[in-house]
Amino acid sequence: MITPTYMDYSSTTPVDPRVAKKMAKYLTMEGDFGNAASRSHYYGWQAEKAVDEARSQVADLVGADPREIVWTSGATESNNLAIKGIANFYHKRGKHIITLKTEHKAVLDTCRQLEREGFEVTYLDPMANGLLDIQEFKSTIREDTILASFMHVNNEIGVIQDLKTIGEICRENKVFFHVDAAQSVGKIEIDLASLPVDLMSFSAHKIYGPKGMGALYVSRKPRVRLEAQMHGGGHERGMRSGTLATHQIVGMGEAFAIAKAEMKEESERTLRLRQRLYDGFSDMEEVVVNGDLDQRISGNLNISFNYVEGESLMMAISGVAVSSGSACTSASLEPSYVLRALGLSDELAHSSIRFSVGRYTTEKDVDDAITLVREKVEKLRELSPLWDMYKDGIDLNSVQWAAH
Amino acid sequence: MAYGKKVLDHYENPRNVGVLDKDAVNVGTGMVGAPACGDVMRLQIQVNDDGVIEEAKFKTYGCGSAIASSSLLTEWVKGKTLDEASQIKNTEIVDELELPPVKIHCSVLAEDAIKAAITDLKNKAS
Repeated sequence: MITPTYMDYSSTTPVDPRVAKKMAKYLTMEGDFGNAASRSHYYGWQAEKAVDEARSQVADLVGADPREIVWTSGATESNNLAIKGIANFYHKRGKHIITLKTEHKAVLDTCRQLEREGFEVTYLDPMANGLLDIQEFKSTIREDTILASFMHVNNEIGVIQDLKTIGEICRENKVFFHVDAAQSVGKIEIDLASLPVDLMSFSAHKIYGPKGMGALYVSRKPRVRLEAQMHGGGHERGMRSGTLATHQIVGMGEAFAIAKAEMKEESERTLRLRQRLYDGFSDMEEVVVNGDLDQRISGNLNISFNYVEGESLMMAISGVAVSSGSACTSASLEPSYVLRALGLSDELAHSSIRFSVGRYTTEKDVDDAITLVREKVEKLRELSPLWDMYKDGIDLNSVQWAAH
Repeated sequence: MAYGKKVLDHYENPRNVGVLDKDAVNVGTGMVGAPACGDVMRLQIQVNDDGVIEEAKFKTYGCGSAIASSSLLTEWVKGKTLDEASQIKNTEIVDELELPPVKIHCSVLAEDAIKAAITDLKNKAS
């Protein structure tokens, strides 16, 4: 079997072999398998040393102090800990939270849960390009607003929010600012020493580290306190109990160190690949890029081929592994809520494909994908009654559809 | 989610793709679904003087299962009378294509499409 070309790096990435090699040293009897919390013997000390080194590697990439890094099982847990942790600790100060409709489900569903617990959440609409409307955000802040949570880079459309501006507004209004940076860390520069951010979520597996591993940055100056969500042995300064997964932590540290060393070169390379991909489609009829093309992470191209349904296009280009904003597989038939929040028509949302390129993508991969996609889009448009109607000059919005 | 063999076959080699003259008196057109729902089917049938479907064409915007359901239906209705064609049930399509539960709506749409085409034809005759 010929495996498909991987172009879904925003979903996850393979572990870099350099990372995997290092991780393997922290598992077996011959390696440093100890429990970092064992303070009384060599094995524990070795594990603790490895964990400390990884903590510094993670902190280094984002301009933080190692003491500001809390290990978690991934960005989902980090988001939960940050949002619930703030809400539970500071609820006497206020019960209002602000976020964006295009956030990851790990943020949105956490907010929904807090609503059930008596908090009030405002879900802001993004602008049509996916970015936060700063003025609207300002006017939404109330006396009882305790937390704002906005992602740095959107997972579907790759747009980059202006953390500095948002953070300054939060500071002025004494609102804690949490950022989900799972899609941005290691791809664009983050300097928490200068950014007014209180909490930031990280994931290892989006930048060539292992799955099941993440971290939460918790600012020390100004000091941010959290109510723990996982209780036990009081690890991670009481914020997140549980024996530390040394091999996972070491893997995350190594992945972050590699990202720091290679980020600049890599993002230039992936930007060239993304541009090449976009150029390959830009002369086609009825092709729309979703989300701002300039304020966007280098590896992401979310694009709609109008009048072709996304899932059938994915099926047609099975030689390339991508994802789609179409949701024909789900019972609801609702297309991507992110694309809908941008104000995209349902059919454009149903027609979207997310390409995300990364460390191991080659120019040939991109060229092959262009050829394949162009051929299949043409084939599917030949099959599409909507394409016929478009060609006949019929406005699809004027048609009385029988919704089902 | 992996697709079944029969869905893939119809998807890769769709039968009877095309357009018939929608204004002809012996052609019935059924268009069902909506772009907002992610699938639109247009099914057309042409009958001979004996009321037997001699030609069927389709075009579908939708997932692989929607395309396969309409492709299969065009094969089935050819040679059938309108009465026979109107009795095709979506469950027969589900069984033939081995559609999973999340794709049953595709077969429902195909059944709706043939019924709409027959209605269109009958309206023209009366």
